[in-house]
Amino acid sequence: MTELVKVSGLRVAVRSGGADIPIVHGADFSLKKGEVLALIGESGSGKTTIALSLMGYARSGCHIVGGSVQVAGVDVLTLSPHQLTKMRGRTVSYIAQSAAAAFNPSKTIMDQVIESAMIHKTCSRKEAQEKAIGLFKELALPSPETIGERYPHQVSGGQLQRLMAAMALITDPALVILDEPTTALDVTTQIEVLRAFKKVVQERNTTAVYVSHDLAVVAQMADRIVVLKNGEIQENNVTREILEAPTNEYTKSLLSAMKPETRQDTVEQKTMDLNTDTPLLEVRHLEVSFGNKKVLHNIDLKIRRGATVGVIGESGSGKTTLARSIVGLVQASGGNTYLDGEQLNEHATKRTREQLRRVQYVFQNADTALNPLHTVEEILARPLRFYHGMKGKKQRDRVLELLSLVHLPASIANRRPTELSGGQKQRINLARALAAEPDIILCDEVTSALDTVVGAAILELMADLRKKLNVSYLFISHDISMVQAICDEVVVLYSGFKVEQGAGESFQRPPFHPYTQLLIDSVPELQQGWLESTNANHETLPTISAAKQNVELCPFLDRCAVRIEGKCNRIIPARIKLPKGNQILCHHTFVNDLNSQSVQRHEQKNALVESV
Amino acid sequence: MNQTISRLIMNRIGLGVLTLWIVSLVIFIITNLLPGDAAQELLGQSATPETLAALRTQLGLDLPIYTRYIQWLGGLLVGDAGYSMVNGMSIMELIWSRLPNTLVLAAFAASVSVPIALSIGIFSAMYRGSWFDRYINMMAVFAVSVPEFLIATIAVLIFAVKLGWLSALSHVESAHTFGEMIKVYAMPVLTLCSVLVAQMARMTRAAVIDQLSSPYVEMALLKGASPMRIVLRHVLPNALGPIANAVALSLSYLLGGVIIVESIFNYPGIATLMLNAVSTRDMPLVQGCAMLFCFGYLILVLIADICEIVSNPRLRK
Repeated sequence: MTELVKVSGLRVAVRSGGADIPIVHGADFSLKKGEVLALIGESGSGKTTIALSLMGYARSGCHIVGGSVQVAGVDVLTLSPHQLTKMRGRTVSYIAQSAAAAFNPSKTIMDQVIESAMIHKTCSRKEAQEKAIGLFKELALPSPETIGERYPHQVSGGQLQRLMAAMALITDPALVILDEPTTALDVTTQIEVLRAFKKVVQERNTTAVYVSHDLAVVAQMADRIVVLKNGEIQENNVTREILEAPTNEYTKSLLSAMKPETRQDTVEQKTMDLNTDTPLLEVRHLEVSFGNKKVLHNIDLKIRRGATVGVIGESGSGKTTLARSIVGLVQASGGNTYLDGEQLNEHATKRTREQLRRVQYVFQNADTALNPLHTVEEILARPLRFYHGMKGKKQRDRVLELLSLVHLPASIANRRPTELSGGQKQRINLARALAAEPDIILCDEVTSALDTVVGAAILELMADLRKKLNVSYLFISHDISMVQAICDEVVVLYSGFKVEQGAGESFQRPPFHPYTQLLIDSVPELQQGWLESTNANHETLPTISAAKQNVELCPFLDRCAVRIEGKCNRIIPARIKLPKGNQILCHHTFVNDLNSQSVQRHEQKNALVESV
Repeated sequence: MNQTISRLIMNRIGLGVLTLWIVSLVIFIITNLLPGDAAQELLGQSATPETLAALRTQLGLDLPIYTRYIQWLGGLLVGDAGYSMVNGMSIMELIWSRLPNTLVLAAFAASVSVPIALSIGIFSAMYRGSWFDRYINMMAVFAVSVPEFLIATIAVLIFAVKLGWLSALSHVESAHTFGEMIKVYAMPVLTLCSVLVAQMARMTRAAVIDQLSSPYVEMALLKGASPMRIVLRHVLPNALGPIANAVALSLSYLLGGVIIVESIFNYPGIATLMLNAVSTRDMPLVQGCAMLFCFGYLILVLIADICEIVSNPRLRK
């Protein structure tokens, strides 16, 4: 086999204030025809920059300084701008991270999918459309004949990502670049997209470069992995070797960060807390509607002092709305929230300062939550003044204390958020909430914008603070493996319904609610062949007759793999208690039917892991 | 066209009518608050109170303000804006004798300035930071900040006085051939354009730059689309809404804001008509002109809104 891509000595730099700052320092790798190569690393490792240079492209501010990039025998870096437009979309095509943003909102999907074929005149419009429909079928898109007539906002995120794959493959390019194509998707959607990608890549013998930060995802797709850190290649080997026998220290640390450690520290504390009757925070029969659409249905939740409660669910499940309603940023249409047995007003503006102080919120994105014009000291001093009336030296001392609490040096106090790293900003975000000395902190996806290693450090810090300050957390996340590892109690939300609730440990063993089962099965595992072996979304759903109208049926009915004709599509499900203590909203009792099946599966998997 | 679109458009039209009504109220009240009236103006300082009262009765000025307002509004609805207090001519007739001139001037200015402004805006956005962009930017700031009477005066000085190519005054009646038309309109149009082009070009540039930084533009670039294709096929459809609004705002100026240009070139348009009406305290004529300017402005904004609504794919079916 011949080498299709050969990169040698590639150097890329950012121009800043007249000087070049190198961000890729001499990358060398090659790729054979029909191979899938993964570029893996954290943010700032240069993985996307290297991938884009395969198309002779550098984002604004960056430029390629040296080296050579041979694609199909041509050095891309020596091409003129005109020759580059001839090559882009024809020889090399690109699948972007966020399909929702990379599709032009005002053009139909079909127009955009066949655009590169039209630009490069590889076939007539009619042929291109037929070919596109063929690709839609291959990618398992619904109604392939007509989906192209729609506009991007009319299809889901997972579908757009697959449509983008069709867009990349329409000209039969020699090389396809996939840039974090599933990062923005929910795990259950990610698995569908990965399967579709893997199928077309295998069937068409596509040569591809797959850019990702997620080793488990890459393990499913790639033949070869290149590990990057700060613009330098750390290790370059076949996938099996990287996963099983990494030689580089950094690769090893990446692999170990993938496995969340189970917490063992809170057992005594919990038994103590069980005796106190009034929970610190309680939500009773909470309902929230946006217009006519109900987004939260009858939610009950109790958080004890010093406990961590996790809320998980996919995008649109209502998890953020729940937290915003608790702090009074979103108004409930029914039900109440209580703090220490005392009812809270549904408007944050009508709560007492003391009530506000005791419940704090940490927003998902520290970049937008921190005012870029304020220094760290000003950010932290504001809640100190507001809640505790601190001034002068006392305030200054407390700021420094808070900084040391979140393990940041005192010198950071005079800097502004833009001068800090992502992890540092999230620590400041947390310190800002701690400044109020709250009883409970609502954490909305606090690690999802961070790299795995940085995110793991934040979680460690939070656990540490809980021990020191006995603060409670409501921890919102989409990552079930992380939540079950750090939370005392876990609540699973699906389209506004609480479908399962139970102790953190109970999520390590089946049975589960069918949706929880799907979530758990969808989390990629760090082993090759997982994508083919997992049960998530694999089985065809049992056919059932049309659902009964005007009844609040099970919200998961349309996607459930174990739905029962005559029951699930007719009757309101009951909240039942499983023997292991979990409460689920389901018709299955999991006594003999599903239970045995999923337990069996679980045991098989454990046996497999142990044998490895 | 689906239901959402027609509902949104009906909404805008309704708001326009409401605005027009409020403006009519404000105009009527303000013109009545001004000291002195047409009777005083017609008879001069030496008029006796008796003759003044008689003339007021004759003109209907002694009726209560709300009766006069209702009469006036009712007249407007059937296309009768009353009669001039100064020469007794129908206001509609007076306006119709001048409106075509203003519209012709506006059309000329628009047809020259819009294409130039859009091309300048788009090109300076495409080549942002280049010498072309910087030079055009400087020119635009210059054109906006120099008062138009100065531009007009300099134009007269150069083209009429020094070179003698054009006449300093616009004799509209004498323009019969296309060549003569150009001679008559060249200087007023030049003056108007220098302000309009700068405004529109800067707003177009901002709208296009906003879109150029979006990920779908990078995607189009990586599909091998040429810069021209990216701008025409990808950026413009999305920038249409803001651009239409910028154009509408600039063009609305052509209806009422051209007083200086019309005065300097002695151009027989609506603005000079209104100017004369103010100086002779001919309130019905002032009111009629003001309503006309407001109406024209609302029509332009409505067109821009419709462009924006129709170009939004989320509202299409």
